[in-house]
Amino acid sequence: MIQLDDISWRFVKVWKRNLVTFQKIWKVNFITPLLEPLLFIAAFGLGFAGLVGAVRYAGAEFSYTAFIAPALIATAVMNNAFFETTYASFVRMYYQKTFDGMLATPLSIEEIIIAEIVWSATKAAAAAGIMLGVLSAFGYVQYPSGLLVVPLALLGGAAFGAIGLFFTGVIPTIEMFNLPIFLFVTPMFLFSGTFFPVSNLPTWAKPLALAFPLYHLVELARLACLGRCETVPWLSVVYLVVFAALFSALALLCMRRRLIK
Amino acid sequence: MQPIIEVQHLFKKYQDVTAVDGVSFTVGRGEFFGLLGPNGAGKTTTIRMLYAFSPPTRGVIRIFGMDIARDWRRIKARIGVCQQDNTLDPDLTVEQNLIVFAGYFSIPSKEAKARAWELLEFFALSGRRGAKVMDLSGGMIRRLILARSLINRPELLILDEPTTGLDPQSRHQVWDRLEKLKASGLSVVLTTHYMEEASRLCDRLVIVDHGKLLVEGSPEELILKHAGRSVIEIGGPDQALRDYLKAHAVPHDDLGRRIILYTPDGNELSHAVRDNFCHQQCTFRTGTLEDVFLRLTGRELRE
Repeated sequence: MIQLDDISWRFVKVWKRNLVTFQKIWKVNFITPLLEPLLFIAAFGLGFAGLVGAVRYAGAEFSYTAFIAPALIATAVMNNAFFETTYASFVRMYYQKTFDGMLATPLSIEEIIIAEIVWSATKAAAAAGIMLGVLSAFGYVQYPSGLLVVPLALLGGAAFGAIGLFFTGVIPTIEMFNLPIFLFVTPMFLFSGTFFPVSNLPTWAKPLALAFPLYHLVELARLACLGRCETVPWLSVVYLVVFAALFSALALLCMRRRLIK
Repeated sequence: MQPIIEVQHLFKKYQDVTAVDGVSFTVGRGEFFGLLGPNGAGKTTTIRMLYAFSPPTRGVIRIFGMDIARDWRRIKARIGVCQQDNTLDPDLTVEQNLIVFAGYFSIPSKEAKARAWELLEFFALSGRRGAKVMDLSGGMIRRLILARSLINRPELLILDEPTTGLDPQSRHQVWDRLEKLKASGLSVVLTTHYMEEASRLCDRLVIVDHGKLLVEGSPEELILKHAGRSVIEIGGPDQALRDYLKAHAVPHDDLGRRIILYTPDGNELSHAVRDNFCHQQCTFRTGTLEDVFLRLTGRELRE
């Protein structure tokens, strides 16, 4: 069903279209990643860290705020990519009929889908880059390994962008995105080792966290920023690559069925 | 000369509906070709297959001599499509809409800018270059969609109801531009619900219904053959008229409170009708494509 020979570098044109619209409101687009980590650091650093004190994680001790800082970046990657290919892509597909217009040009549906996923990853990486700068100012990031956060954000962004676009391909109305957000995004946000180490979870719950792509992204971000992680890093990378590839293929199949009549 | 479009035994089936049921036609280079039919007749489905949006269930489409199933990308690079829906990008300005779209055809940005300038001029949109699409009137939106469909300098233009919902001024402006494009040698396929539009623009047309092709010809030929040069509409017909028409086997449509007669011009018959049966209301007019359309596809509502 997926025609590999219909994929060419033309997808960059669609990616560029999204970049042009992004640039129009770049100030608004940059405010969130700039202020969001400040809000979290303020809330958890001032309010919560007093209760928790130090966190024992992967054989070392970290201040609570230093512990959650990499997870904040990973979470922002998830939110940026997932919301881009769900709500934003759905609006382009259903309300603005942007993809219908593109399909009257030499673009293939494969190229449009790939461009949407790559774009969501780009947007996520841009947000991650900004947050990295803010968190570095607090001294929460080791360098040079901290720079790995940006390519990791691209990988993680592709994974979350792909599954988001898969939901866009199957969901009947835009209101129903509440469902994958409640069942998929929120549990991941809470249980992916973001606010407490997964090693603190009871044994039966650990495999669940292991299945979450956000868990692997959080761990890899911690490795980059703090130099420690609980998972086997290359396995986490492989997991994210496979997740991104699998859901890109599913997104393509579902979007094709939805768009081509 | 090789036709620009060849369609052979085209079928499109959805689960339990046959939207296009064995249609064949050709369009010559430089021809303005019309595809008419009531709602749900299969026009848009056919057109979507022509620009490789939907794959046919069965049948062959050749454009510029190439098979659309295989060479879709090369074909699409050389055609312009004006879809029925507004597919303009509301996030972009008028000019950006053209330039970004040019990117999809891999037109270099300098060239794209020059063409956008030229097309905005041609469609009287130069003053709105930096405007948001959402601030444009219906007529301007249509003109911008048309301008966008010409950005790749197509050899074939496909128009799916380009003037639906426009006021008469805007419609005439669009017609004027389309006539200019036609004069420049562009080949065009048009679907429309406006018979006046089809008569004015089309060199040749087909009428389809229930996915099948009913007739094919120039607007004049079709009017002569299926309606007649002159038409008399008689309001409040009486039994005497009905008997007379029956006795003389005059082609007519009896709508109850109105009878429409299709007569050759200057016929004795029309004089007889004029003298004897025009009691209330009588309109003498020339036959139109609308008469042909309604006679062939019926007067019942379709939706």
